Amino acid sequence: MRETKEVYLDNSATTRIAKEAVDAMVHAMTVAFGNPSSLHRKGMEAERIINEGRETLASLLGVKAREIYFTSGGTESNNLAIKGVAYARRRYGKHLITTAIEHPSVLEVFRQLEEEGFSVTYLSVDKTGHIKLEELEQALKPETILVSIMYVNNEVGSIQPIEDAINIIAKNKNTLFHVDAVQAFGKISLVPNLRGIHLMSLSAHKIYGPKGVGALYVREGTRIMPLFNGGGQESGLRSGTENVPGIAGFAAAAELVFKNLDSWQAKMRELKERLKTGILSEIPDTVLNGPENGAPHILNVSFLGTKAEVLLHALESHGIYVSTGSACSSNKKGKSHVLAAMGKTAEEIDGAIRFSFSPFLSVEDIDYTLEVLKKEVSVLRKFIRR
Amino acid sequence: MENIYLLSFGEIGLKGENRPFFERILIKRIKQALEGFEGVDVKKTHGRIYVKVVGPQDAVIERLKKVFGIVAISPAVSCDLDIDSIKNAALSAMKEIDYKGKTFKVESRRTNKSFPIKSPEISRIVGAHILKNLKGLSVDVHNPDIEVNVEVREKGFVYCKRFPGPGGLPVGSNGKAVLLLSGGIDSPVAGYMVMKRGVEIEAVYFHSFPFTSDRAKEKVVELCRVLASYSGKIRLHVVNFTEVLKELGEKGPNELLTILMRRMMVRISQEIATKIGAKALITGESIGQVASQTMEALVATNEVARLPIFRPLIGFDKVEIIELAKKIGTYEISIEPYADCCTIFVPEHPKTRPKLSDVHKAEERFDINEFLRMSLEDVEVIEVAPKFH
Repeated sequence: MRETKEVYLDNSATTRIAKEAVDAMVHAMTVAFGNPSSLHRKGMEAERIINEGRETLASLLGVKAREIYFTSGGTESNNLAIKGVAYARRRYGKHLITTAIEHPSVLEVFRQLEEEGFSVTYLSVDKTGHIKLEELEQALKPETILVSIMYVNNEVGSIQPIEDAINIIAKNKNTLFHVDAVQAFGKISLVPNLRGIHLMSLSAHKIYGPKGVGALYVREGTRIMPLFNGGGQESGLRSGTENVPGIAGFAAAAELVFKNLDSWQAKMRELKERLKTGILSEIPDTVLNGPENGAPHILNVSFLGTKAEVLLHALESHGIYVSTGSACSSNKKGKSHVLAAMGKTAEEIDGAIRFSFSPFLSVEDIDYTLEVLKKEVSVLRKFIRR
Repeated sequence: MENIYLLSFGEIGLKGENRPFFERILIKRIKQALEGFEGVDVKKTHGRIYVKVVGPQDAVIERLKKVFGIVAISPAVSCDLDIDSIKNAALSAMKEIDYKGKTFKVESRRTNKSFPIKSPEISRIVGAHILKNLKGLSVDVHNPDIEVNVEVREKGFVYCKRFPGPGGLPVGSNGKAVLLLSGGIDSPVAGYMVMKRGVEIEAVYFHSFPFTSDRAKEKVVELCRVLASYSGKIRLHVVNFTEVLKELGEKGPNELLTILMRRMMVRISQEIATKIGAKALITGESIGQVASQTMEALVATNEVARLPIFRPLIGFDKVEIIELAKKIGTYEISIEPYADCCTIFVPEHPKTRPKLSDVHKAEERFDINEFLRMSLEDVEVIEVAPKFH
């Protein structure tokens, strides 16, 4: 196989771990390897790593350390938040609200809750992948106990109006607000005040940290039901011996991205603009999926008359790594539910490629990608489009 | 007294003059199948093979159940040829199984006529010995729960359990053929069925990156690993089919694309077969299952074949094929969703009744020999070792 260079444009699937995170993890695995629950010094060393990690995340978010709970990642955080609220507050009402474009780790939870007797309103989105605030306002009822809205959509990069949603939801005393911020945390500047959000899901491996660790922010005073029973770790909300190396790596990575947040955002936006403009102006029959601006790290484009999976492999043979729709759904038979909710045509969905950026890419990487795209798209169109 | 496995082999017992040949291959296959176990010793007696091996009985039987040529597997106790030893062996065999509250009878076979006691008498003596020494058993000669088998050969053997083997003929006893293996459900089953008749197979897979992903190739390797558990190592020839596919896709008439592809695949496989000394091709085709498997399409595919094409599934329904695929352990792998080139390149309206003249005309646009040269130049050969689950 020809592999000249490697251009990794799949950073919304996962990122390469940062050296800072690896170093912190190695220390936690080889030196401070104790069980945080042990009474001796080895246990205390490990406990200190967790506490410091918790404080780091809390200060980066501007919240209290005791509001951060570590989990095994975004999926668990979403499950814990949504089921945790639904089961703890079912006596206040059984109505829930979410959007049609959530990640499967949110949507599938709501589907299960529907089977258990909850009723769920799925907010629609416009052509660019944004919810409509009037629809949220109308959907809210006195018996609505939870609204769950993702911050940044993982497939098209649309940023939801979280601040406005906070204000709308705040009018309903019974309603808690959960935000899946897995694709926003460390990528864009979050709302200045998180107090209007009751629960927020985070993941480490999207921000150059390790896989298998994440966190859930739970605003003080918010009661939710745990998923696991056991030794009562994480104040009883998440039993199970803590993933100390994972937490160490998560905290180190979070520190790194927040230190560089402004410059990295700008860098990614520049790269994204360059590729977007290049594709749309130089390759015929291409359609932008999602907003003109949106999140700086996600670009979704349809190459009409191609099949995205074939194009993905063609790019792969040049060392360029991308996704079709989202990594989690590319192996399933169904088409992207996000693009479908945005009203995209079957041809647009079939040819949709997601490019997701990191600040470690160069302008040359982007120009190389554009050249390869021009060539491969025209080759594929010769015999796929008939 | 020791624990062994007594194997019976049905069909190859009928082979007359050729019998030593079949037996030799069967013994070789048994040894291969037990690779990784300690203390393997395989011996042949008249009409039986017995195997000594150290290891858990379930695991050993699982392996032996995959050796074509074996009809039945009995974990047995072997002993010296005197009636006291046989009596003790029978007790020992009984203690291996759950006999409490059950009925039994003793069935004896005396192929070694130098043994002084005749079969009915052996049965009576052994039965009485069991009754006297083990509690909670009674005799039922018509419909027993347990049949205690005593075989008097150059040694004595006693066993109470019989597991069916796969039957068929030992792989390697009937030449070699090339299996056209896709990632689908049918072709592995077709390979299994021909292997069962003693045919060694090498597989050919047409890889068309980027139209098929490397995961699709991994899947084919996995399928080969399962097939290899019935035959020993399988050689997989991965043909780079991309350039041929691109040209066919670009210049060929869309509605004949599948037929043109299949004709090329047969031609290429045939060249590989000739090179490795294989005498036939095997496909998973079944009449009418898809557009490329109508009578007319099969005729068009068949036309380019010099070698016979074996199509063991030709008269099978899809449900029957799926059932077999589940039984042999390939189904779960086959249904993984990584598209193969057939599914990506299926034309929207394929010709179900292609005329040979149209096919010939379509092929005039291409340099078939150049296609063959290109494809055969770029073949990766992978030795695939068995996977036992």
